Amino acid sequence: MNISEERAQAWRADLRSSMKAKERTEIPRVHMPELDAEYRSHSRLEEVNLGLSAEQAMLEAKRCLDCANPTCMEGCPVGIDIPRFVKNIERGEFLEAAKALKETSALPAVCGRVCPQEKQCEERCMHLKMKKESVAIGHLERFAADYERESGSISVPTVAPANNIKIAAVGSGPAGLAFAGDMAKLGYEVVVFEALHEIGGVLKYGIPEFRLPNDIVDVEIQNLQSMGVHFVTNCVVGKTISIKDLEDDGFKGIFVASGAGLPRFMNIKGENLVGVMSSNEYLTRVNLMDAANPESDTPVFKGKKVAIIGGGNTAMDSVRTARRLGAERALIVYRRSEVEMPARLEEVKHAKEEGIEFWTLHNPIEYIGNEQGRVTHMLLQVMELGEPDASGRRSPIEIPGKTELIEIDEVVVSVGVSPNPLIPQSVEGLEVTKWGTVVVNNDTMQSAVPIIFAGGDIVRGGATVILAMGDGRRAAKAMDEWINKKS
Amino acid sequence: MNKIVSKEYFSANVIKFEVEAPLIAKARKAGHFVMVKVGLKGERIPLTIADADLQKGTITLVVQKMGVSSSKLCALEAGDFITDMVGPLGKATHIENFGTVVCACGGVGTAPMMPIVAALKKAGNRVITVIAARTKDLIILEEQMRINSDEVIVMTDDGSYGNKGLVTNGVESVINREKVDLCVTIGPAIMMKFVSQLTKKYEVPTLASLNTIMVDGTGMCGACRVSVGGKTKFVCVDGPEFDAHLVDFDEMLMRLGGYRDIEREENELYKEALSSK
Repeated sequence: MNISEERAQAWRADLRSSMKAKERTEIPRVHMPELDAEYRSHSRLEEVNLGLSAEQAMLEAKRCLDCANPTCMEGCPVGIDIPRFVKNIERGEFLEAAKALKETSALPAVCGRVCPQEKQCEERCMHLKMKKESVAIGHLERFAADYERESGSISVPTVAPANNIKIAAVGSGPAGLAFAGDMAKLGYEVVVFEALHEIGGVLKYGIPEFRLPNDIVDVEIQNLQSMGVHFVTNCVVGKTISIKDLEDDGFKGIFVASGAGLPRFMNIKGENLVGVMSSNEYLTRVNLMDAANPESDTPVFKGKKVAIIGGGNTAMDSVRTARRLGAERALIVYRRSEVEMPARLEEVKHAKEEGIEFWTLHNPIEYIGNEQGRVTHMLLQVMELGEPDASGRRSPIEIPGKTELIEIDEVVVSVGVSPNPLIPQSVEGLEVTKWGTVVVNNDTMQSAVPIIFAGGDIVRGGATVILAMGDGRRAAKAMDEWINKKS
Repeated sequence: MNKIVSKEYFSANVIKFEVEAPLIAKARKAGHFVMVKVGLKGERIPLTIADADLQKGTITLVVQKMGVSSSKLCALEAGDFITDMVGPLGKATHIENFGTVVCACGGVGTAPMMPIVAALKKAGNRVITVIAARTKDLIILEEQMRINSDEVIVMTDDGSYGNKGLVTNGVESVINREKVDLCVTIGPAIMMKFVSQLTKKYEVPTLASLNTIMVDGTGMCGACRVSVGGKTKFVCVDGPEFDAHLVDFDEMLMRLGGYRDIEREENELYKEALSSK
């Protein structure tokens, strides 16, 4: 059934006529219940957002007008049938709602937590045109996915009969998982190769437990396994095995989603002092290696005065982690103003509630250390906003001579990453930009080497979970067509 | 999971393992390393591959007991499994016929030098290997080194075996005697620093294989960064070998010591846990 046929179903029509549109828009938007800010800023693992109750979710779902032309869907990079899942929540068919989500999204419980819905589906919601708050699509998505998981009756999406064609995904982050899910549904034999010892990529090493619990990621991975997807950990394609090995082994298509690579630094004095590190290192130690757990062998600094450089989601994850590891002062240092911050509004709000200091319009120019080489101070340049730059954001300019020296004992640099260099280094004929990203056809995600498709951060440089998943889905569709055309 | 096929003690604290890893054995070249993790809550540590056997599908690792992670690895026996192992990582050593090459290795650094010596010899170089250690018992792999070296010079700090003196004395004696086209050095950072200072004086091009702290080992975290010629480089993907004369060894030594306090604490706890068993 297509989207309009779904919408025309009797139950949907009945539900629409059961309440006037005006009444629906009068209902105030639900508030996500949260852990107390003071309590949670010392709780390393507990999730901040607690999730909606069934009553809250059903009431929120009533707000959705079930539009004939659901503009929200245009804002979804993976094209979820949003009205269908929301209306299923309204009528109390929560498992049906989850099923609708899983037809298009391999990771609904993840997306419901980490997607920037306010810049995607919710930004296109009809309510905004009527000067009302948008329907809380993200909270509802999380509710349906959580309900299904906790119900114990997790549905496995229908898988087409096996076509015995082997295809590979390189990297088990959001792009690789979304690709694997779609290809498994089409009947392909899917093998996902992961360099680390854990499956999930950035969902495991990057996003902290208090925002996305690992157990939730694992359930979504088990779901893929029950659809027949195979995972191979501790295998670096381009090092342990080559793309050619995969071809020789009978793989007919390879989707490269090897993700972020080298962290960027600012090349300022003192950046290699002990106690200065990338957010990738800090978060990998705490999340993937569980370094703050006394049982873990991996060490991590638990600074008392920690500065995080940057204004993105990774910076927010790092600063909130520092607070949870015992920082008395945890600072965001960002060279523009808060308006230009790329982080999600929710993350900024949560961070502020947790006592994070925001040093906007400041930029580090030097780190100073003691005799042991441990960082003790940072020198900040005070900035002001100038004209908008190429990205449309107002560019920061130094105020000459205005600096501040601040005592700190740990610095986490979170100013972006370059794509992982391993595959571009090891595959001949692959077209790569000067930034190291793989060049692909934007519609098909196919690279200059026909058997290789690519998506996620290796193509985009640095993006969100959901954009990576969208790439995975597009690559799956295009690879399927390409393989069918060939045979 | 990778099975340990054999375990051999070179000394009380230096142990050689042969580990099943057929894909790594096939793909590895001289200079490559692996990341190893023992136990579910283990730490990921880098170890340079000392040898590989394609028939058996094994690689050889030589490990020195230092802190918690290396001690946990050294506590494993033949038949046990290493929880996680991935590789081969890093860039392989650039091998060509340079002419005369001095390979200067200290302590456990002798093990990862073995495949480099073999590859250099195969490429037609005259290879002089200097093996140095504190005392006789810590000299390892001397016989194996003799197979692929034109000459092996053994140095001990206390003079209990070979010549009395440091690795630098051995290297210098060769440089004073004949023309040396390249020096390769692997060992403790402080040793490599002094070898580098020496060869710089004599203008002998020198490669050092660096052993920094790493977390993922695949170019993601940047824990391994070093300054080379004033630029920040990542040992895991840009190295592990660099032009020694450009490496800022003082900064590297400082960064290697970064977690020493935490490591010491963890080591005490580990020893306590062992003795209370």
